[in-house]
Amino acid sequence: MDYFLTEEQQMIQELAAQIAREKIRPVRAELDEKEEFPWEIMKVLAQSDLFGLYIPEAYGGMGGGVFENCLAIEQLAQSCIGVATSFAASGLGAYPIVLYGSEEQKHKYLSEVASGKRIAAFGLTESAAGSDVSGIQTTAVRDGDHYILNGTKQWITNGGEAEIYSVLAITDRSKGPRGASFFILEKGDPGFTFGKKEKKLGIRASATRELVFQDCRIPKDRLIGREGTGFIVAMKTFDKSRPGIGALGIGLAQGAMDIAAEYARKRVQFGKPIISFQAIQHKLANMAIKTEAARALIYCTARYMDTDPPDASKVAAMCKVFAGDTAMEVATEAVQVLGGYGYMQDYPVEKMMRDAKILQIYEGTNEIQRNIIGQELNKEYGRMKESFF
Amino acid sequence: MRIVVCIKQVPDTKNVRIDPDTHTLVRQGVESIINPFDLFAVEAALKIKDECGAKVTVMTMGPPQADEALRETLSRGVDDGVLLSDRAFAGSDTWATSTTLAAGIRKMGDVDLVLCGKQAVDGDTAQVGPEMATLLDIPYATFVKKIERLDDRYLKVTRQTDEGMEVWKLPTPALLTVIKEVGEPRLPSLKHKMRAKKAQISVWGASALGLDPNKVGLCGSYTQVVRVFSPPRRSNRILIQGSIEEQVEQLYRHLKEAKVPGV
Repeated sequence: MDYFLTEEQQMIQELAAQIAREKIRPVRAELDEKEEFPWEIMKVLAQSDLFGLYIPEAYGGMGGGVFENCLAIEQLAQSCIGVATSFAASGLGAYPIVLYGSEEQKHKYLSEVASGKRIAAFGLTESAAGSDVSGIQTTAVRDGDHYILNGTKQWITNGGEAEIYSVLAITDRSKGPRGASFFILEKGDPGFTFGKKEKKLGIRASATRELVFQDCRIPKDRLIGREGTGFIVAMKTFDKSRPGIGALGIGLAQGAMDIAAEYARKRVQFGKPIISFQAIQHKLANMAIKTEAARALIYCTARYMDTDPPDASKVAAMCKVFAGDTAMEVATEAVQVLGGYGYMQDYPVEKMMRDAKILQIYEGTNEIQRNIIGQELNKEYGRMKESFF
Repeated sequence: MRIVVCIKQVPDTKNVRIDPDTHTLVRQGVESIINPFDLFAVEAALKIKDECGAKVTVMTMGPPQADEALRETLSRGVDDGVLLSDRAFAGSDTWATSTTLAAGIRKMGDVDLVLCGKQAVDGDTAQVGPEMATLLDIPYATFVKKIERLDDRYLKVTRQTDEGMEVWKLPTPALLTVIKEVGEPRLPSLKHKMRAKKAQISVWGASALGLDPNKVGLCGSYTQVVRVFSPPRRSNRILIQGSIEEQVEQLYRHLKEAKVPGV
């Protein structure tokens, strides 16, 4: 379907698709098996200018927005969301700086992220703070011209590989939700180390590690925005990044759909290609309907997000939920279409099904997204004066 | 440093078919691609540009559609493109092609290095590079796998031959034909892609190049393709099996029966 992309947006799609086809698809199975961080592909992406899509031109980026970033993520995700997650997570790490960083921070860090010279990561989750972000224990204590961080972040995507980290820490526990702040941490800061690399069900090309802060001393100008704005920074960052998770979902779903449809046309049983059977046609039809619906939702929302709407959490959450659930369902059905072959590691849909599961979990579980949507609905309808009865 | 890379559009050989009746290539519906070896030449030029700075121009002779191939190299980082296009150039053999390309390089003036792929995958002649160098009266090296810039005047190049490797010192201006070992072609970047879309491609015809239309194209060609065909399957094949000793013994017997000289 024609989504009326500009010439530049089409170029982004073409380029990301070319990288996915030529550089990611041939190695995805190997990266998955070896759990290897895709540095070679990150270098190609760096040279392609795609890391800077959403970063303003003044800081070396391409001056696009959420939509342009989603277009690239979707194409990369068609081949492997392990690689695409590593790419997208750099954006998640950089967004707090894009949104709330000082001029100096933007000049220093965004130009490096845009060029892909250094990749970024986002550090929020802790062992006792998953869905309940208010449970975070990591602290940052002001000491003259410095902050001293203590605590451990868990399951941080790009952990150990990234060089720039946006990290949430409590600066004043007495203030509750207004007592958290975001900081920029650099790999190599004294007292900042990494835990072991986690072994995962899927997206095994991506790196997931603990960030460990032991009396980690950083200059005070690493604070993003003002003290106490940490949760706002996190929420606004998620509004920008959640359509990107949706884009990972539509990419994965399309990738699984493509393989299932191609296979169904070639596989002959009972003397006919299995695509001629209604049972298979209906499966493919359902897969295509959901994938296209998810794409339409994400493209629309991403465009809307680029108008900087004051309140976008509801639609951002919808993108994440719908595309994540769609990816899981489409990948599972793709395995079913391929039957026994689909279950074997020799065929890519087995990996896609393992990979898809994360989309319902990370960056806020789909249950939490539904909570957000539900709470927003409650607020919206509470404000309405008219009755629908 | 000024580098010119000569490229050629060829049919995507993965999909090439020969028409069984006319014995010619079926070109309809076959996508054109840049000759893969020429992309290695582009990469070699861009590497030199990365390392010591250079202006890289890409040039091709072909129909107006070849413009697309030039822009594709621009999207990978080439600075500008020149299209040699004229009805008079149609039907060129390697000699007429070399004559035309050499005229293009002469028109550009101060060129330090001309790079070509070792051969085109459609004709597989590997003649155009050396012919151009001869016409331009500059030194050349073929099957180059590594290029180093020694100083303003000399290059050190490593050639891959069947017997092994040769290291040459070559004065510039020079022409090199390269093999895939020079490096995997880089992919486009978004900025270059955007620039490529808008770039002005110079188009030079026979008169702009100062060429006599009768000395180029079909008229200027010394060779003509009479027929292209798939060789008939050979039926008199013998499969030799058994242990090494048995195979040697059988091979000797067959060669002897065939009266191969020296056996």
